[in-house]
Amino acid sequence: MSVRTLPLLFLNLGGEMLYILDQRLRAQNIPGDKARKDEWTEVDRKRVLNDIIMTMFNRKFMEELFKPQELYSKKALRTIYDRLAHASIMRLNQASMDKLYDLMTMAFKYQVLLCPRPKDVLLVTFNHLDAIKGFIQDSPTILHQVDETFRQLTEVYGAISAGEFQLIRQTLLLFFQDLHIRVSIFLKDRVQNSNGRFVLPVSGPVPWGTEVPGLIRMFNSKGEEVKKIEFKHGGNYVTAHKEGSFELYGDRVLKLGTNMYSVSRPVETHMSGASKNLASRTQESIAPNPLAKEELNFLARLMGGMEIKKPSGPEPGFRLNLFTTDEEEEHAALSRPEELSYEVINIQATQDQQQNEELARIMGELQITEQPRQSTTKGDDLLAMMDEL
Amino acid sequence: MVAADSEGPKDPGIRMFRRERSIPLQGSAAALCNNLSVLQLPARNLTLFGVVHGPSAQVLSAAPDGVPLAQRQLHVKEGAGVSAPHITQVHWCVLPFRVLLVLTSHRGIQMYESDGSIMVYWHALDSGDAPSVQAVFARGIAASGHFICVGTWSGRVLVFDIPAKGPNIVLSEELAGHQTPITDIATEPAQGQDGVADMVTADDSGSLCVWRSGPEFTLLTRIPGFGVPCSSVQLWQGIVAAGYGNGQVHLYEATTGTLNIQINAHARAICALNLAPEVGKLLSAAEDTFVHIWKLSRSPQNGCIEVEHCHSECVSDTQVCGAQFCDPSGSSFAVTGYDLTEILRFGSV
Repeated sequence: MSVRTLPLLFLNLGGEMLYILDQRLRAQNIPGDKARKDEWTEVDRKRVLNDIIMTMFNRKFMEELFKPQELYSKKALRTIYDRLAHASIMRLNQASMDKLYDLMTMAFKYQVLLCPRPKDVLLVTFNHLDAIKGFIQDSPTILHQVDETFRQLTEVYGAISAGEFQLIRQTLLLFFQDLHIRVSIFLKDRVQNSNGRFVLPVSGPVPWGTEVPGLIRMFNSKGEEVKKIEFKHGGNYVTAHKEGSFELYGDRVLKLGTNMYSVSRPVETHMSGASKNLASRTQESIAPNPLAKEELNFLARLMGGMEIKKPSGPEPGFRLNLFTTDEEEEHAALSRPEELSYEVINIQATQDQQQNEELARIMGELQITEQPRQSTTKGDDLLAMMDEL
Repeated sequence: MVAADSEGPKDPGIRMFRRERSIPLQGSAAALCNNLSVLQLPARNLTLFGVVHGPSAQVLSAAPDGVPLAQRQLHVKEGAGVSAPHITQVHWCVLPFRVLLVLTSHRGIQMYESDGSIMVYWHALDSGDAPSVQAVFARGIAASGHFICVGTWSGRVLVFDIPAKGPNIVLSEELAGHQTPITDIATEPAQGQDGVADMVTADDSGSLCVWRSGPEFTLLTRIPGFGVPCSSVQLWQGIVAAGYGNGQVHLYEATTGTLNIQINAHARAICALNLAPEVGKLLSAAEDTFVHIWKLSRSPQNGCIEVEHCHSECVSDTQVCGAQFCDPSGSSFAVTGYDLTEILRFGSV
């Protein structure tokens, strides 16, 4: 499949992750002067987003990302987001991380599926980047990094043919094949059916470069049009009035990839009935194998480029819960269907310890230190105030 | 699943098709173009179906009423590296004395006996001077007389000479007519000539080439593209039908390459075209969830190509990836969709 898919996959999933974390942190926000030591404030939120974005757009990391390569497994990719999510003072339990990843992947799957043209996935990426720049307006250094990535995207994907974009789209859809997790915000907005499949509307503007269906034109041997006939297409389409901008700044026109979360709409995922066809699951999710050697090398290369600031001094990591209560989070961890398990990477199981020393060292930093609940879990007292989901 | 016909804005004409029993698949269909191959075996009261899942493909047989009988999974012959190499297409090739099942992938070309039981030939792709950013794969399969033609990522079309039986298959020629990856190939017996076939090849830039088969293939016509992939192509009585990424179907005169008809057929990329040769019915399917059926003909006065729209079918919320007629008169057809674990079947009322 296409070897130029990874940057698009990574940046869009990363963008969705930031939307979700931002929404979640805002929902638990306490005005700075009223906050207790263990409660999230606006300053904390900005800091978390800053740290993650800075890590995501690190130059060395981006260099590795943009190298032509096949897409790796969902498991391997999930490891990178684990690390990214912990690039700040924030900590997530396994269950919350699972939920976060579910939401990220379903959101981007939806965006890819609904892209009018294969090339529009680039506009979706730009929408994410535009929003990311909004999160870090006060940090010129990071802004510059994001702009630099923008430039790289334009350089690589600006020259790609429609045929290659079609292959990229097919590669992305292959990655998302058979994922049907139901997301409450999608169900409520009627963009997803109760069986987990997305709604594909047969109305609205046609893609840029496509004509509204329903016309048959006949030409003679000289190329002159001699007759026009109309037929009933069955859909309800209109002409596209404008093409989205691929410039650094511009109206993208497409809404896919913009932030659909807001503080008042907490998002739930539903596991039951998500995947009926166990037999069709690819091996990676069932067999408890260690990652293939190539995947480990890939992770080592990629994460080696990530410069993570370790929380220094007496400041412990603050835990963010993507569920309403700790009990719910615990229950989610226990009741997650087998076939949807992402399998925590167990480095000790790898054969070639020495070769992956670097990776093992990096992974060691990933360990979530369990904090005694009473002193560090932010937002406990807020739970009663949060909307019922 | 509710019959797709009953949902959405519909053609107020007589409904010609209804949903029939679906055939379950072991693995969902991948979002590839031309992702359904059908082999009709009326003498044995059977129909064979082939669908690509990703790293595997499934071939299965079904009775006329759609009851599945036997199934088999095929994989790419050699798998090394990060992930299993993916299959691009599976297609039955009907030759004068035998039928072979051909499977193309990112590794090479595999040919099996028609039920997929025995692999008779394996051809590894030569990635040679491909730049590292280029995906290497084979795609586009058609039988042309006693040859099987397979397209590649480079634009080259490989021509394999197939003996009446046995595994002694030989690569006899490489056709150079395209500069971008081949998407699809179609053939039909050449008019008025025995044992000779005409063939049309299509590529990612939308260019088409029309060939005549023989010990050496000859390029007859070249039809330039317009920057949009031609994902699927068919050939019938000297008419080239081409489906494009912008949802259009074009009908060209094969001998001259002249564009006779341009249909704004779909709102998204076309993924499959198919013909019912007995009656000149053309089927087009696209990612916009629609399948349309057209009637092709030639004007009795001046021989010009004519087309008439017969039927539209909305397969709700399904990004169609394959569609084929199931009988030569076009009275039934089957459809596959991305993420769908069944083959949908439609029959005439």
